[in-house]
Amino acid sequence: MSDVVLETRDLVKHFPLTRGILFKTKIGAVRAVDGINLQLHRGETLGVVGESGCGKSTLAKLLVGLEKPTSGSIVVRGQDTSKLSGEAIRRARRNIQLVMQDPYTSLNPRMTVGDIIGEPYEIHTDVAPKGDRRRRVQELLELVGLNPEHINRYPHQFSGGQRQRIGIARALALKPEIILCDEPVSALDISIQAQVMNLLDELQKEMGLSYIFIAHDLSVVRHIADRVAVMYLGKVVESGTDVQIYDQPTHPYTQALLSAVPVPDPTLRGHRDQIVLEGDVPSPANPPSGCRFRTRCWKVQDICATQEPLLQISAKSAHPSACHFAEVRDVVHATQ
Amino acid sequence: MTEVSVDFSPALRGTEQSAPLLQVEDLRVEFRTRVGVAKAINGVSFEVNSGETLAILGESGCGKSVTAQAIMGILDSPPGFITGGEIRYRGVDLLKRTDEERRLVRANKIAMIFQDALSALNPVFTVGFQLAELFRKHRGMSRADAKKRSIELLDLVKIPAARQRVNDFPHQFSGGMRQRVMIAMALALDPELLIADEPTTALDVTVQAQIMGLLGELQRERNMGLILITHDMGVVADVADRINVMYAGRIVEKAPVYDIYAKPSHPYTKALLESIPRVDLKGQQLNVIKGLPPNLTRIPAGCAFNPRCRYTQDVCKADPVPPLHQIQPGIASACHFWKEVRGE
Repeated sequence: MSDVVLETRDLVKHFPLTRGILFKTKIGAVRAVDGINLQLHRGETLGVVGESGCGKSTLAKLLVGLEKPTSGSIVVRGQDTSKLSGEAIRRARRNIQLVMQDPYTSLNPRMTVGDIIGEPYEIHTDVAPKGDRRRRVQELLELVGLNPEHINRYPHQFSGGQRQRIGIARALALKPEIILCDEPVSALDISIQAQVMNLLDELQKEMGLSYIFIAHDLSVVRHIADRVAVMYLGKVVESGTDVQIYDQPTHPYTQALLSAVPVPDPTLRGHRDQIVLEGDVPSPANPPSGCRFRTRCWKVQDICATQEPLLQISAKSAHPSACHFAEVRDVVHATQ
Repeated sequence: MTEVSVDFSPALRGTEQSAPLLQVEDLRVEFRTRVGVAKAINGVSFEVNSGETLAILGESGCGKSVTAQAIMGILDSPPGFITGGEIRYRGVDLLKRTDEERRLVRANKIAMIFQDALSALNPVFTVGFQLAELFRKHRGMSRADAKKRSIELLDLVKIPAARQRVNDFPHQFSGGMRQRVMIAMALALDPELLIADEPTTALDVTVQAQIMGLLGELQRERNMGLILITHDMGVVADVADRINVMYAGRIVEKAPVYDIYAKPSHPYTKALLESIPRVDLKGQQLNVIKGLPPNLTRIPAGCAFNPRCRYTQDVCKADPVPPLHQIQPGIASACHFWKEVRGE
């Protein structure tokens, strides 16, 4: 389809584990991202959810080109970015920009806001001629709801929410088609979270942006995403539209994850279908055989240890779900 | 060798078992900094009883953690100073007692768990040593007995293979397991009151569910009072009995948990509830609270929330600060227009 702006094909990133100082021998690998296929369409928001250590942030780094994939490819507008070199890489990167999690550490404290937002123009000089940059930066400040007169201030003079707006303005500077948000609101207070989410929403409508929205907060992702992919130990275990994932989840991990999210409504206390998982996420250096979730799953049978379930549509799951025993269980609304 | 006799009976003179577990009365705390005096707590009063869960809800900088630190007596001073009020444990005002007496209360009667277990535990000692230390210093147990008790405690908080793990260092535990160690440490000396300051904020949701479940279970078993300090309205809805909402160092609303979610009485609470996305609803419009929480060195005159409030009128912008109006037994709001907010 022509409206696919970004696609990953069997994307893999392994970090080698080595022993020794002078003569390093490889003794294994952390399989942070292990075969991921995603598609992002124009103007949509793809949510990626998962717990810490599932590979969300490695995925983000791969997509913006901060890490090189071990294998697999990232295709942006029909162009495989791993096959590009030099100037072409730089041009391709322009199209996909990153908004980072922590607005306190992702802005250089010694640079003014104008320099921070204008820095992309130093590298991509053809986007804005030198005399025009200040005006561009002021436009961007206005676009994200900050006072353009504050262009000469430093990051410490802004609050957390305002700093995140600066981060968003910087990401917009090169007029990208895709913005990758890595936990953009998790460091912010609740009353500020809504402000930033609404801003992202408005910008998307205005500029036709596509978002990849990585977060651990499932409520936030439900609010903003059109489609959702659930990750566990470097793999996507279930993907679908937001309604499919939240109202008809078929993978046991998704169900457990959703049931663990507290709902701000005390009348549902004790009436919700709560699944409390045992234990912790296994190490990605030594993932379980077969299905990676089997060590914590209550549906586990012999086949789960020997045969890895594929991410596919099955009789009982209308959307792709990587479970041999996929079955709909509405944990979010179910009341006992 | 002469035995040094130490009194290990942790009784505090003057306490009455019939008095409420903890009463905080008009507590005031300020931080004297180079840029001015930050009034972190400006007259906070509340009460907690045995077996009850009180949630203190608020955003960063509202004074909820400072309240906990003042109760525990671990406020950094300077720059922090308690400038007024009383903190009464079983009728005894702790602020009037000596450091030695307060040490008796800490861990024995009132214990606390912190948000970040990794920085709250000592990285160079095994968790077993840190747990055993409590029994040795406060109960005068031998090393062997103290270690035995430590293993029992790790079992209690459901750490698998407690006998082996007691010899591990904090960094060898996962985040959820570390938080369990903290809970074990807090419960070691059977406190009557537990203060949990954002106990699950640093954890993943599935682990959060495990930890909150464990806390609730232990609280019921021991009939402990629990003060839960958090900004997460979902967690509060799941576990709290009563809620105090704080803003700029004051309690702006007090209510039982069911009432506050069904019918908030303060504009701040109402706006907060409307601004959080829910996992079970789609397409809801999020209501944005405009502006920012105030700088505590320059709290606005009148109601501190007035610059961000949609009910603001002239009366809100001038002192005095609106007092907590008693609306019904157990429900109070510090808003002149609580009737409008409640839609009455």
